[in-house]
Amino acid sequence: MRALMFGWEFPPHILGGLGTASYGLTKGMAMQEDMDLVFVIPKPHGDEDQSFVKIIGACNTPVVWRDVSWEHLESRFGSYMSPQDYYNMRDHIYADFRYLYTNDLGCIEFSGRYPDNLMEEINNYSICAGVIARTEQHDIIHSHDWLTYSAGIHAKNISGKPLVIHVHATDFDRSRGNVNPQVYGIEKNGMDHADHIICVSNLTRETVISKYHQDPRKVSAVHNAVEPVSKTIEEIQPERHTNQKIVTFLGRITMQKGPEYFVEAASRVLQKTSGVRFVMAGSGDMMEDMIKLVAKRGIADKFHFPGFLKGNQVYRMLKSSDVYVMPSVSEPFGISPLEAMQVGVPSIISKQSGCAEILNYAIKTDYWDIDAMADAIYSIITNPAMHEFLKIQGKNEVDEIKWEYAGKKVRAIYDRLLGIK
Amino acid sequence: MKTICFYFQIHQPFRLKRYRFFDIGADHYYYDDFINEQILQRIAANSFLPANQIIYDLIQSSEGKFRVAFSISGVALDQLEQHAPEVIESFRKLAKTGAVEFLSETYAHSLSSIVDEKEFKNQVTQHRKRIEVLFGQKPKTFRNTELIYSDDLGEMIYSMGYKTVIAEGAKAVLGWKSPNFVYHSALNPNLKLLLKNDKLSDDIAFRFSNYNWSEYPLVAEKFIDWIQKTPEKEQVINLFMNYETFGNLQPKESGIFEFLKALPKFAFEKGIGFSTPSEVSSLVKATGPISVPNPTSWTDEERDLSAWLGNDLQQEAFNKLYSVAERVRMSKDRRLHLDWNYLQTSDHFYYMSTKSFSDGGLYRYFSPYESPFEAFINYMNVLSDFMERVNAQFPSSVGNEELNSLLTTIQNQELKIADLEKELKKYKKESPTGNRQVAVKKGGAAKKGNKAK
Repeated sequence: MRALMFGWEFPPHILGGLGTASYGLTKGMAMQEDMDLVFVIPKPHGDEDQSFVKIIGACNTPVVWRDVSWEHLESRFGSYMSPQDYYNMRDHIYADFRYLYTNDLGCIEFSGRYPDNLMEEINNYSICAGVIARTEQHDIIHSHDWLTYSAGIHAKNISGKPLVIHVHATDFDRSRGNVNPQVYGIEKNGMDHADHIICVSNLTRETVISKYHQDPRKVSAVHNAVEPVSKTIEEIQPERHTNQKIVTFLGRITMQKGPEYFVEAASRVLQKTSGVRFVMAGSGDMMEDMIKLVAKRGIADKFHFPGFLKGNQVYRMLKSSDVYVMPSVSEPFGISPLEAMQVGVPSIISKQSGCAEILNYAIKTDYWDIDAMADAIYSIITNPAMHEFLKIQGKNEVDEIKWEYAGKKVRAIYDRLLGIK
Repeated sequence: MKTICFYFQIHQPFRLKRYRFFDIGADHYYYDDFINEQILQRIAANSFLPANQIIYDLIQSSEGKFRVAFSISGVALDQLEQHAPEVIESFRKLAKTGAVEFLSETYAHSLSSIVDEKEFKNQVTQHRKRIEVLFGQKPKTFRNTELIYSDDLGEMIYSMGYKTVIAEGAKAVLGWKSPNFVYHSALNPNLKLLLKNDKLSDDIAFRFSNYNWSEYPLVAEKFIDWIQKTPEKEQVINLFMNYETFGNLQPKESGIFEFLKALPKFAFEKGIGFSTPSEVSSLVKATGPISVPNPTSWTDEERDLSAWLGNDLQQEAFNKLYSVAERVRMSKDRRLHLDWNYLQTSDHFYYMSTKSFSDGGLYRYFSPYESPFEAFINYMNVLSDFMERVNAQFPSSVGNEELNSLLTTIQNQELKIADLEKELKKYKKESPTGNRQVAVKKGGAAKKGNKAK
């Protein structure tokens, strides 16, 4: 079976959780022997891992016929794309796109990020999708997140193959209810045209059903998983210069992530205990407010803002922590507590996060229930037995949440749509 | 003649209220009165009162041939007294019929038997006294919390004067043997064991209203038929279950009360009688020894202690609790002793079980918490406060032994003073004149003192 997937990000160059999830899922699905995957992204950097998936860049897809030599293509693409693929796609240009700005190869340029002209980039992406869908034989189409829904619909119109869309987040999660009508329109359109909708949690599934008015029968939840930690990460040594306990919040400091609840819980814990420090790592539009709130509560000497952490710094921070807290107000899935648990850090998560549905060995509280959150933090830092128990059992649990299993669930959905078995 | 031995368990824990860590040191009341009262009154109305009435009627109409036994934990009695005293009254009525036996157990429905012999004996004595006062009976049969039993425990129980113990007929213990005989402890031939007939007991307690069960619906005639068809030599059918089976776990609509009402009639027709545990024990000879090296219980597939002490959290809470046992016993604070009892109740540890993640049904049904972690956090907060109170009574820097010797000295001082006073009185009585002499002397001494000034 061959699946044509449309995505926006693919590691190593990622901006959010979408890239990580796309990578994990394709890798997990590639473990099935009869599964062939083509993954389209706007702009590959050339260092993506293509051992288990064929990556096509929309920025390398010709939409205007140009006479280019094999040698020139080779010098442009290097080893990550064969000139033959270019020629195949050039044979499938389906309309006159000369009005668009294209480069020497007849390709549209993409930023591959989330630029201001995002809507235009989405549209260009769909145009390329038309060429790719005509060129690449496939049995099913799979679109990841709203940016690629239009491309998926376009491909479906061309090949007539079933369309699966994968909802990693909805605009309701991002905006706490104040949706952008344009984004909502694209999302809703994608869902309406989809033959099946995969959501990353039941929480998201509920949103899709109630806010986007989808038939529950065509919406299923397939929870995300985590990649096992790599050797280099495993070798990172925690940095502990004090024997004080460290409680960490890690993520964008935005409304969606509920940072203010973390500060309030911290202030309660600090009223009762000394020997504990709180860290809020990350950046975002609420950071200044949080710094002010910390000062107002009079806990600034025990509360730290190290800023945005990159790459291995994230794991160094996690490994130095005693507790990880994710008080998200609305989180479609939330991969970070799983990553914390992988390196043996007990986690407290809000019940309003999708990962709460599959985690047993994490403490769950309502995001607004700062008393319960403070209580849980206090219990883990004062009770060695609790810390040890969550550390060991949590790691065991997360090690069993594998992309391979998620991949099988997605495959079962494909099979059902194609009438196999 | 075959006989059915019914024993019903009645127990309700004092559920803890939501107790946050910032309450530690500030709030010393730990219980959720609202929920406790609500649950107790509901069970009393749905189960205890109607079931008691039926049993009373059955005893009357069979002229005492229908006989049953109850084991009511001390904490349940405390709660009944507070929230549903009419239930206690109806048990007293049952006690007066003479056809009902009350069993002995630990007052707090605790797991003390596993860890603290002194505490265990204290609690059994406490419970015993309570039963005597309320029901006018001296309990003769012992039943440990959740039917926990092992050979060593048997010895402990025997040393307290019990000759009959009720235990679980666990497969691991019985093997190919049938529970329908009386056995004796492998260590002590004088200690008789009555083992629960798992299949027949659970047919009533768990499967009665299960539509998916192949034997559904269960009617009294069929049930008695099964008992009658057991091999001739098997004389005793031990049906042990939670009393809430009637009307609460199996709702009234399932027909459980009608089943209970009809049972004796069919039993008598087939020549099957009813006996209480102590009657069985005195009438039936033990067929052989049963060896139970490791503690068994009547809970879960494993029938062991894993429901209460299966994970590290439970062990931690349990060990911390009993670490202050010695000190609590030294204290004379009544309130402290009361809390000490209520905190020992096994249910608190049951709520912390993480086995609920795999087979959740029953744990979730009984637990007032959303997760085992919440249960642990809440309990540990309460326990921290309790331990602070214990430590406030005696400085924690003083070791237990040292403290004990100090207390002994203090106590002995009191005794000595009392002794001396007695002696003094004796002298006073012996010589009223001598008494005066002493007084004069005293007065003289005082005068001298004044002069010196």
